[in-house]
Amino acid sequence: MPASVSLSLSLPLSPAASPRSDPSVAASPFGAFRRFGLRFCGLRREFLSLRSLTSEATGRISPYPARGISKKVLAAAKSNGSPTKGFDYDLVIIGAGVGGHGAALHAVEKGLKTAIIEGDIVGGTCVNRGCVPSKALLAVSGRMRELQDEHHLKALGLQVASAGYDRQSVADHANNLASKIRSNLTNSMKALGVDILTGVGTVVGSQRVKYGKVGFPDTEVTARNIIIATGSVPFVPNGIEVDGKTVFTSDHALKLEWVPDWIAIVGSGYIGLEFSDVYTALGSEVTFVEALDQLMPGFDPEIGKLAQRILINPRKIDYHTSVFAKKITPAKDGKPVRIELIDAKTKEPKDTLEVDAALIATGRAPFTKGLGLENIMVTTVRGFIPVDEHMQVMDADGNLVPHIYCIGDANGKLMLAHAASAQGISVVEQICGNNNVLNHLSIPAACFTHPEISMVGLTEPQAREKSEKDGFEIRVAKTSFKANTKALAENEGEGLAKLIYRPDTGEILGVHILGLHAADLIHEASNAIALGTRIQDIRFAVHAHPTLSEVLDELFKSAKVNMGTSPSVSEPVAV
Amino acid sequence: MAASPSTTSVAGAGSLLSFSSSLSSPSRRLLLPLVRRSSGGAGHRAARIPAISAKIREIFMPALSSTMTEGKIVSWVKTEGDRLSKGESVVVVESDKADMDVETFYDGILAAIVVPAGESAPVGAPIGLLAETEDEVPLAKAQAQSQSQSQPAPVTQSPPSPPSAAAPSPPPPAPVATPVAVSEGPRKIVATPFAKKLAKQYKVDIGTVVGTGPYGRITPSDIEAAAGIQPKMPASSPSPAVTSVPQSPSPSADARAKAPAAALPPIRGSTVVPFTTMQAAVSKNMVESLSVPTFRVGYPVTTDALDALYEKVKPKGVTMTVLLAKAAALALAKHPVVNTSCKDGKSFTYNESINIAVAVAIDGGLITPVLQDADKLDIYLLSQRWKDLLNKSRAKQLQPNEYSSGTFTVSNLGMFGVDRFDAILPPGQGAIMAVGASKPTVVADADGFFSVKSKMLVNVTADHRIIYGADLAAFLQTFAKIVEDPESLTQ
Repeated sequence: MPASVSLSLSLPLSPAASPRSDPSVAASPFGAFRRFGLRFCGLRREFLSLRSLTSEATGRISPYPARGISKKVLAAAKSNGSPTKGFDYDLVIIGAGVGGHGAALHAVEKGLKTAIIEGDIVGGTCVNRGCVPSKALLAVSGRMRELQDEHHLKALGLQVASAGYDRQSVADHANNLASKIRSNLTNSMKALGVDILTGVGTVVGSQRVKYGKVGFPDTEVTARNIIIATGSVPFVPNGIEVDGKTVFTSDHALKLEWVPDWIAIVGSGYIGLEFSDVYTALGSEVTFVEALDQLMPGFDPEIGKLAQRILINPRKIDYHTSVFAKKITPAKDGKPVRIELIDAKTKEPKDTLEVDAALIATGRAPFTKGLGLENIMVTTVRGFIPVDEHMQVMDADGNLVPHIYCIGDANGKLMLAHAASAQGISVVEQICGNNNVLNHLSIPAACFTHPEISMVGLTEPQAREKSEKDGFEIRVAKTSFKANTKALAENEGEGLAKLIYRPDTGEILGVHILGLHAADLIHEASNAIALGTRIQDIRFAVHAHPTLSEVLDELFKSAKVNMGTSPSVSEPVAV
Repeated sequence: MAASPSTTSVAGAGSLLSFSSSLSSPSRRLLLPLVRRSSGGAGHRAARIPAISAKIREIFMPALSSTMTEGKIVSWVKTEGDRLSKGESVVVVESDKADMDVETFYDGILAAIVVPAGESAPVGAPIGLLAETEDEVPLAKAQAQSQSQSQPAPVTQSPPSPPSAAAPSPPPPAPVATPVAVSEGPRKIVATPFAKKLAKQYKVDIGTVVGTGPYGRITPSDIEAAAGIQPKMPASSPSPAVTSVPQSPSPSADARAKAPAAALPPIRGSTVVPFTTMQAAVSKNMVESLSVPTFRVGYPVTTDALDALYEKVKPKGVTMTVLLAKAAALALAKHPVVNTSCKDGKSFTYNESINIAVAVAIDGGLITPVLQDADKLDIYLLSQRWKDLLNKSRAKQLQPNEYSSGTFTVSNLGMFGVDRFDAILPPGQGAIMAVGASKPTVVADADGFFSVKSKMLVNVTADHRIIYGADLAAFLQTFAKIVEDPESLTQ
């Protein structure tokens, strides 16, 4: 890999030799390499080579022989870099969630001396209170569903005695998974020599960050660039009293301390839907409370309709739509949880629910308090930190704040773990001088219900709106899982894949899948969007038979791209 | 949801359905008495007999539009053995224009699916059987078997006899619930989601059940107890019978599909693609048009003034389609005979409104959204309507009255550079106008001076039983005047 060789020139020292960066110590022995290191940060090359000239003039350069360098380079190829003169670090990341982790790994690969500040535990929401433990619960719920579905088992010829579960063991599974992934994450950063600084990080100035535990003196470090990646916390609307026992958020629910007989889930987005899958599989009955006029408002309407047919109607779930939960009182004094519903439009009282528990899944709020944003004149918008397309932070007047970036849930562009990580990588590329703009429309999203739902790009209404605005036509192609051999072999033929595309260019605008393993299937589409692959090309790609991926194969093949032909009657045309 | 009782919908000629755009669902739902009794001779008569005699009802293919003669089952929402409550959607039917969820107006058990998903059936033909209780399920199955053997031939009479004349629905069966004496007056009833589902399924009046769950709530087992069902024995008892769904396609549908293939030896490398329902409807209408004696009259129209007007109103969202429709409507207002239709071969039917249907090509089909009262509405309002109609046709969501209420049709192939063409008269209308492209043409005026003017050829096809040559000529003259001096269009 030639790239890594050239890269490593900037990583001259083994981690042991690179102490916690006292700038005065670091300055002189590192001087010789700085010139090499600069290559990768093209933007700063001139500025810095000037600087290295001055340091040469001061005669403080240790003239390492070239050979010696290359040997050390190999040893240190995967270790943290050396900071540029005058800074403790090239990059300081505030927040060690998935976004910060992704940025840190990529920064080290790019030869940047990197530190990450975490006030809580490494892994952030995703690993500790989100995607990861919920997948453990959903794995359990998926198996429970299979074992409980006598009809399905019988059709496969299986005989299973009644299935049961032990709540504590299920909870332990989720907890163990989170610990394991957390230690994997920590180790991967440690192995690369990323400095993990413990404490709450605060931006002091444009290139200065302080951190420290409560009750201890703060330490201040300087950084060439700063990435804010502080993530989000569950959003709890006013009027809802969370006690963590009978009224709780996903943070508590993932601990699975009990399985209520009847739980109301406020909000029917991804989080609510996944938890409804878990709770109904474990025997709870679920009541959804949704403010909008239909369930699953974020999904493509057609997918949402089918999802309701598959995931809601046949299960022990009912729902109230177009209502707000105005007040939720936890169970106490022998009374159940009370939920007062008001009409979302008229605000008139509508109904009162009495349930055993309430899960608040109304979305997530950015966690940006105490970051010292006032020190850099940045005002948040509903808590989110405003950024430009390069994730560079903008101040109250809309001007870019130099050297400060914000990724992940804190900027609110796309609140998904993998989006945060992708944004982090994009920022590292950007600060290394490679112009990089992340295409958010190529970032897939998935909901891990049984069956799963996944999507990338635009929904049909969004695509219609765009097509009308920009004056092109779009078409929709659909295939069913019912026609897929593998799905039928699994006796899981329910599902739909939907493609929204431009017939004139073959561009893929959006793909939505509901069906077995949809979350794994979406990547063929998201990669195609990211790489700009057109339908007329991807339709020739071969898929192993029989696999679920043939659903997408069918989908691409059923699209009608009319390159070069008149698009006369693809869209309604008055004739 | 089932707000409008089906009986109110029985309107005149052919439209026997009540539509309602359900607020909660993006798809349109059809509310209709989907079911008629199978016993007795004429189904709609039998329905007046109180519910004692017949417990098995036929679910028949509804007529979703006046032109629909057969429909394709897109999917069965329910499977055999499912309990249905009135208002629930049972089946999704693709008509010639749209896909619709069809709901039942009766409670019962879907005993047998006679026409499986993917198959077509003529309007009025039974597609499934609804049993009132589980006891009748075997009977219904037997009936389904005999029915699929003696499938009726495709219905050919045009507007099928409205089975929905079976107006008064029989009284709903008495609740099976064992009524519990203790009623606590105004106490709020709390039932869990599954308990509510079960209550619906077993037709238990939830108000009569006393909850034994926490905080006195009604639990699923309370409902089961009230319904007299032993716990641990879920409703899946009839499932072994249900799993063996008779998937055999109806023989007649099969035969119909195969018949044309035998006519000609296939050419090598050719593929046979069956008509979609919409294409089948177009085909049927086109063949039907052969029974009408038509003739054609052409007329050149100078469009410089119209083009100038178009440039002016274009930024306001007005399309050429709307301008032409408006011009035609204004001309029709002056020549009402061209707006007539001949329904029985013996009389003129003068249409009160001037509704301009505009032919729209849509992926693999053709549909005619209608600009209603085009003579009365201004072009801006018409343009707005037109945009809505296009969006709906794209989404296959046109309501029948939005594509079948036209009294005159305009078809324009001008944008393809077609200079003149000849349109086929759609059934039920008196005339159709075919508009060609507007092209610069050298013209000589009365004094012999040459000039270049944009001219387009319009060609009207009309039913000569009611519209004569002079009628059309006069109509076209008026139309040309309006287009050549288009001020009246913006008034």
